[in-house]
Amino acid sequence: MKRRDAVAALLAQRNDLLVVAGLGSTAWDVSAAGDSPLTFPMWGAMGQAAMIGLGLALAQPRRRVLVITGDGEALMGMGALATIGAQKPANLTVVVIDNERYGETGMQETHTAHGVDLSRVAQACGLKLVDWKSLKNAIHLAPGPNFAVVKVEAEKIPLVLPPREGALLKARFRRALLGEKADLD
Amino acid sequence: MWPDEIHKELSAAGVSLVGYVPDAGHKRLIELCQADRKMRAVVLTTEEEGIGLAAGAWLGGARSTLLMQSSGVGNIVNVLGMVRECRFPLLTLVTMRGEQGEFNPWQVPMGQAVRPVLEAMGTVVQYVQTEDEVGPVVNAALRLAYNSYASVAVLISQRLIGIKSFQEQAAQ
Repeated sequence: MKRRDAVAALLAQRNDLLVVAGLGSTAWDVSAAGDSPLTFPMWGAMGQAAMIGLGLALAQPRRRVLVITGDGEALMGMGALATIGAQKPANLTVVVIDNERYGETGMQETHTAHGVDLSRVAQACGLKLVDWKSLKNAIHLAPGPNFAVVKVEAEKIPLVLPPREGALLKARFRRALLGEKADLD
Repeated sequence: MWPDEIHKELSAAGVSLVGYVPDAGHKRLIELCQADRKMRAVVLTTEEEGIGLAAGAWLGGARSTLLMQSSGVGNIVNVLGMVRECRFPLLTLVTMRGEQGEFNPWQVPMGQAVRPVLEAMGTVVQYVQTEDEVGPVVNAALRLAYNSYASVAVLISQRLIGIKSFQEQAAQ
């Protein structure tokens, strides 16, 4: 599977889905699928995408939250799977777009190229594994926390960049989610 | 007791999410937050996760706080960059080790580095040494964090916590 196709398919008709995109390739994939104020694309803080998703899911229990991140980013924050497993947020799905590479630094192999299986880690932490066929439906409807690894080709493709300024990304997300009153909080 | 004063301030400020890595010095405050039906206490595998949790909570419109021991400050340095770049409000309550009367030499290097490390990453550092100061300082820190979108850490001195030996730590 090609990563841009996979992410575009997951985000088509996303409706009011809240999205956190891990830094690097997955942030570009999510931007290629269409920039939205209800996406928080990360440019740093590697390892924290799933935890930002958890904080958001706990703060907004009536909304669905999707974290799309890479295998390298997920490996750096693997403890987050244990924390999510302990909290059991029903509205959270974490999807790892796994090319078995660190894509931004020269395509070096990650641990998943050497037999490490993030699905089994997530399952052992109590997350519910979802296959590709059921994934889009699960993101919007299935009681979570849901987890999927989507294996994709290791390809170098053109960057599609979201806005860079962190304060802007935060403020536009809050305004889109909470309304203009968020500016006065 | 000072943990009750902190809990009262967090509650009054509408803090609904409390991330923590346990510390003996935070034992009572963690228990108060766990028992509070308006708060959700989230146990973390590493302090770094608490920064992501707080950022996500604020994106979703919720106020949070993060409890840790001084050793945990070393685990959050890079991700404090996100807090600064995004201007996320953040209140971190740090129980100090490695400063006053420490019995474990392995605690001293990080304990002594807490303030310069936090300040280097743009976090405002406040320090409490006496029980009377705790409530007012935490109250002011919450205002600074949530009214001015600042990252604020309150360091709670080892003298106030009163850990003096392994035996006393184990008995807490």
